[in-house]
Amino acid sequence: MNYNFDFSFIGQYWPSLLDGLWISAEMSAVALIGGFLLGVMLAVARTQGSPTVRRLATGFVDLTRNTPLIVQTFWLFFGLSALGFLVPAIAAAVVALAVNTSGYTCEIVRAGIDSVHYGQKEAAACLGLSRSQVMRNVVLPQAIEKMYPALISQFVLVMLATSIMSQISVEELTAVGLQIQTRTFRGFEAYLVIAAIYLVMSWLLRVIMNLCYNVAFPRQRHISQARSTFRPGAPAPSDTSIATGARP
Amino acid sequence: MIMGVTSGQWFFILQGAGWTLILSLLGFVGGTVVGLPVAVFGTSNSRVLRILTGGYVKLIQGIPLPVVMFICYFGISIAGYDLPALVAAGIAMTLYSSAFLGEIWRGCIEAIPKTQWEASESLALGKIQVLTSVILPQAFRVAIPPTVGFLVQIVKNTSYAVVIGFFDLTYSSRVINNSTFKPFVIFTAAALIYFAMCYPLSVLSYRLERKLKRHSRL
Repeated sequence: MNYNFDFSFIGQYWPSLLDGLWISAEMSAVALIGGFLLGVMLAVARTQGSPTVRRLATGFVDLTRNTPLIVQTFWLFFGLSALGFLVPAIAAAVVALAVNTSGYTCEIVRAGIDSVHYGQKEAAACLGLSRSQVMRNVVLPQAIEKMYPALISQFVLVMLATSIMSQISVEELTAVGLQIQTRTFRGFEAYLVIAAIYLVMSWLLRVIMNLCYNVAFPRQRHISQARSTFRPGAPAPSDTSIATGARP
Repeated sequence: MIMGVTSGQWFFILQGAGWTLILSLLGFVGGTVVGLPVAVFGTSNSRVLRILTGGYVKLIQGIPLPVVMFICYFGISIAGYDLPALVAAGIAMTLYSSAFLGEIWRGCIEAIPKTQWEASESLALGKIQVLTSVILPQAFRVAIPPTVGFLVQIVKNTSYAVVIGFFDLTYSSRVINNSTFKPFVIFTAAALIYFAMCYPLSVLSYRLERKLKRHSRL
């Protein structure tokens, strides 16, 4: 195998790479927020709704979780155009992504809701909160706080899943790779570069989500700070200075 | 003609479903062969091994599967081989599922109490003996429900092989859609076939998990 790697296409194509990156980021952001809200609604419907609502929500979640994203996207995009609605590909892509991720988000949030102790709900009811107030102010915040790490992983998966939308002609990052391949025949190098960009994006998304966590749930931040200063089993800082005879 | 699609065309779609199953099987077998060492090395005492396997898992999990498919596809062709898309798709699925299975199984191995390691060491078992006759058999039981659950992901994600032109269910249904333009009929059928493959696995995984939980509580 003697193959000369040639990354010189970057010089010419970096503006289109940046454009693709921007479209991918936009799609991910909208799909994340939409999918999260829809998922939380589904989770509430599955835990609080009437039997019919529950069954409907369960059926919807099972359907979205057991069929591939790409088939859902084709169904939506080609189906809508067959009905005569000409929607832009990116809109169909975002809706499909949001629906797809809502099923997973629903299961994560539902597990969180189930894990909130019953006493919390009773206490909130004793304070005279209505059922929806209990849900919004007591149960959901705790459920999401508990399930946050799983949600971050799910969000990263959604961001990565935007890469399939090149199949319905959305000009996102993966589509730019195909464009470079057809013009320069440097498909391998192009996709190595794109893989690196996705790696950085998924790392960045994790960092941003963790920052959001610290802002949204200050309680957890205080707990982890307290844990790092007072390790269980280890003597408190002031004790060690006395024990070692150190003076401030 | 059934719903505007000829029986020959339906058969074409079903052929694609067969290839989806073959690719899923390939991905699972490859993922097991590569994923097991990833899981075992991920729990090893050596820092280097842990960092290497952790890096591998993070690398694969941070790149979208379609891009992995493209890299395998173009990688094979620049290495000078002319192989069918099935090989590239199989390698990509192996990489993908080995990273996720490795991570799942690492968790299962770590779920086995440390006293089991210590007890078998005090019986003078070698490192490999401890793994094969004490730890892995116990971890296996814990690992079944999440592994069956992950099979659903494997079956579903084989559909990403469509980007490199692999003839699977998604590809065949898209071809038929292009020639008949009955997207609702075709893609509903394709979705139902995928559902028929995945839903039993989902239910099985859920039941096994409940059974395991009940069992471990006793």
